[in-house]
Amino acid sequence: MGHLRLPSRVPVIAVTGVALLVAGCTSTKSGGSDSSAASGGKVSIGLVTKTNSNPYFVKLRESAQTEADAKGAKLIALAGKFDGDNQGQVDAINNLVTQGVKGILITPSNSTGVLGAIKAARDKGILVIALDTATDPASAVDATFATDNEAAGVKQGKYVKAALGSKKPAVVLLDGTPGSTVDDLRHKGFLEGFGLKSGSAEIKGTAVTNGDQTKAQTAMENLYQRDHGINAVYTINEPAAAGAAQALSGKTGVVIGSIDGSCTGVGNVKSGKFAATVMQFPKKMAQDGVDAVVDYAKTNKKPSGFIDTGSQLITDKPVAGLDSKDTAWGLKNCWG
Amino acid sequence: MNQPRSDAASAQAPAPHTADVVMSASGLVKRYGNVVAISESDFEIHAGEVLAVVGDNGAGKSSLIKALTGALVPDAGTIELDGRQIHFHGPRDARAAGIETVYQTLAVAPQMDIATNLFLGRPLRREGFLGSGLRMLDHKKMRTQAAEQLDRLGIATIQDITQLVGTLSGGQRQAVAVARAAMFGTRLIIMDEPTAALGVRESRQVLDLITRIRDRGVPVVLISHDMPQVFEIADRIHVHRLGRRVAVVSPRTCTMTEVVGLMTGALQMGADGTLLESTTQHMPDEKATSHRPPESPE
Amino acid sequence: MTTTHTSPATPEAPATRPPAKSLLARLVGNAAAGPLAALVIAVIVFALTTDTFFNIDNGSLIVEQFLVVGTLALGQTLIILTAGIDLANAAIMVLGTLVIAKLGQHSLPGGLALLVGVLLCTAIGAVSGTLVTRLRLPPFIVTLGVLSVLTATGQLFANGESFGVSSGVLTFLGKRSYLFGQIEVTNGMGVAIVLIVGLWFLLTQTSWGRNVYAVGDDEEAARLTGINTRRTLLSVYVLAGFVYGIAAWQALGRIPNADPNAFQTGNLDSITAVVIGGTSLFGGRGGIPGTVLGALVVTVLTNGLTQAGIDSLYQQVATGILVIVAVAVDRVVRRRAA
Repeated sequence: MGHLRLPSRVPVIAVTGVALLVAGCTSTKSGGSDSSAASGGKVSIGLVTKTNSNPYFVKLRESAQTEADAKGAKLIALAGKFDGDNQGQVDAINNLVTQGVKGILITPSNSTGVLGAIKAARDKGILVIALDTATDPASAVDATFATDNEAAGVKQGKYVKAALGSKKPAVVLLDGTPGSTVDDLRHKGFLEGFGLKSGSAEIKGTAVTNGDQTKAQTAMENLYQRDHGINAVYTINEPAAAGAAQALSGKTGVVIGSIDGSCTGVGNVKSGKFAATVMQFPKKMAQDGVDAVVDYAKTNKKPSGFIDTGSQLITDKPVAGLDSKDTAWGLKNCWG
Repeated sequence: MNQPRSDAASAQAPAPHTADVVMSASGLVKRYGNVVAISESDFEIHAGEVLAVVGDNGAGKSSLIKALTGALVPDAGTIELDGRQIHFHGPRDARAAGIETVYQTLAVAPQMDIATNLFLGRPLRREGFLGSGLRMLDHKKMRTQAAEQLDRLGIATIQDITQLVGTLSGGQRQAVAVARAAMFGTRLIIMDEPTAALGVRESRQVLDLITRIRDRGVPVVLISHDMPQVFEIADRIHVHRLGRRVAVVSPRTCTMTEVVGLMTGALQMGADGTLLESTTQHMPDEKATSHRPPESPE
Repeated sequence: MTTTHTSPATPEAPATRPPAKSLLARLVGNAAAGPLAALVIAVIVFALTTDTFFNIDNGSLIVEQFLVVGTLALGQTLIILTAGIDLANAAIMVLGTLVIAKLGQHSLPGGLALLVGVLLCTAIGAVSGTLVTRLRLPPFIVTLGVLSVLTATGQLFANGESFGVSSGVLTFLGKRSYLFGQIEVTNGMGVAIVLIVGLWFLLTQTSWGRNVYAVGDDEEAARLTGINTRRTLLSVYVLAGFVYGIAAWQALGRIPNADPNAFQTGNLDSITAVVIGGTSLFGGRGGIPGTVLGALVVTVLTNGLTQAGIDSLYQQVATGILVIVAVAVDRVVRRRAA
């Protein structure tokens, strides 16, 4: 699930009006003719991402396209206008149903917002797979291909703890947006991996950053001002980690961990701005999703349940007992 | 239409002693499609007089005034200032010629102080490089001059020149607008219904102000609906009806009823300046609802 | 008759009414009294309730944190004074940072990249201003549209990447030095002071500034008194655009990394600072000192509440309440003077 470069709400609301005027969704690769599935004999696969500006989803789409080409399938990629554009995703799903796709891969904007449209699609026999972000309940879709964010959080937590060595931990948690499932899972995983409970004395402060580098910077500065002894920082994503690193520039001995695996983020690990990041694999989600739909078309077998596409700790300062890859590997596998 | 000479018996206004005409217009025409706003109207104001312009709603008074102040450009006719023909292309031209208008809306900025309002649009700059290079304002000089101006006009009710105009009473605001016009209006000052929104006492103060400005030699055009007021203060009365001047009368030789008769068309002024019952239709009780009737003035 | 006044400069009676205002009141203006009080109270409260707030380091930190949103708020002030609003300011700035950083990375020397970026921001301001003045569109709608276009443009331009900068000119404003060996200052602070004083001068000491206030107070009245209201409005948007360009420079000084997703709430944060600073959303009242204080209040609240250990969601609650109080006060003042 996600990768949180969350546009925060307010400008988003402002943009909504304009976006709604323009229509619910954009088609980046429109099928052109309807029901091509029936006519062409090729399997049609729909892909609905949250936005098509975010590199994470761009990578997802590109990978799905490559895989679809390889399998001789046809990909129709649609996207919401912005993160949280539920109506846009609903329109996109309806659109794909009309075009007669065999399966829909979707990164649901809002866990519950698109359930009605998904149900209608499934009732028509279309395979629906959630990519990156689970629906709530998870059974609303046939299967979910995503990063286990809690597990990714655990990896970050374990690493930061191990990197501290014998020092007494003083931890700051730079969260994304309260209430987001991704945020909660990563946060929970970090505490678990680190061996903390919420409310532990080792936690010296938490802050809401919306995954924005400048907000993370300010929050980190203020928290450091409050307590100069801070030596460990959890961040919700890599921009937040970059902000924290800037706030702490010149101060040594603070371990910053992060999650995402963007090329910028891995680059920051390489240059030493922060110690480690946990990479997720949108490419794999897309490939597995396309394969599953193609299989379904051939064999009529549907995948089910939560399928973890894995995550990988990336650092140039490995610690004993934790599986990690270096940034050279990271830069080859990063997603944008 | 205009009349030639007057005899003592006629209602027509005598020409003022100082016969020097400050501003005059003849044959002004302004059409908006089929609607005729100004219909070959004439206009004349002399030095040192208060000329009231009266007319029913829609008679075209404000169009006439706009033509005189450059806010609209007439289709035909000529305007002369001090005997020379002029062409205003905008309000700024008229202002540059020394013609100031006090609008019914006053055109004051409520959140700014009195001094600033007096110099709105033409502030005083500092001397030397500070003024010409840095374009710095001379706040002090503006305040001093504003205070002097208020003193000169005898506006005593305003104490503090740095008071915000928005905190002033209606009459005081009017006084500020009039003071501004008096400050820059070197040739002519036009006031559009300056007392319409005021109480009796405040109206009194504004009328006194008008008199004082007139006494200082600057003629004043007063647009008003208030007949007693017009008769009290005006030297001559310009009656406007159906887009044109139908008469100029003197308040000393003419009654209010007669002026109202001219305004509504019940009376007409003969070529010799005498007033005649109109020969056209109209019941005595007919109210001339004069939203420029279809029977356009010829 | 020659009592006519060709110029209003004939002193007859020496009028002696210039009122004696205290230096403070003159400097700050009445509109800024509220935010000044709020700032003083906040500082006192945090100084008493936390051990870490009231010291020189934290003072420097607060000023640093103030710089970017404070600069955005300066431009926003110009526009709000004309009874407009700018929803696009942060988006303009972010696009500026992206362009500067990308050009500075590959093709141009830092100074030239900076120049291009600042000019771009100025030009975008000119576009907004032209739409507002020529097409008579409401500023809210114009800047909403510009926001939408620029947000997308920034994403497309960056293609999801963020650009780090390393050039000396581009990170110049983030450079630190120490006054008296003690007080940490950045070059950004110096630039901010120059900008603040410059804008204050323009608004209060020049006829251009008078015209800006007059247009915001009553556009029709301003027009009738001969002010070229269109040109004044346009110049305000152009100058604001330039200020956003400087904000972009400040932003790169704070974080030498241009991210298309940064400053998503910068527009509202700047409006918040302006409103708390006592500038009226209805135009014509307020000014630079108030905005500086307003932006400082917001910064101090976030800084102090964090150090007091208060959850950041409550910080937003506090800011929100302050905005409502500020607007309510403005409303009351307006009613008294209208």
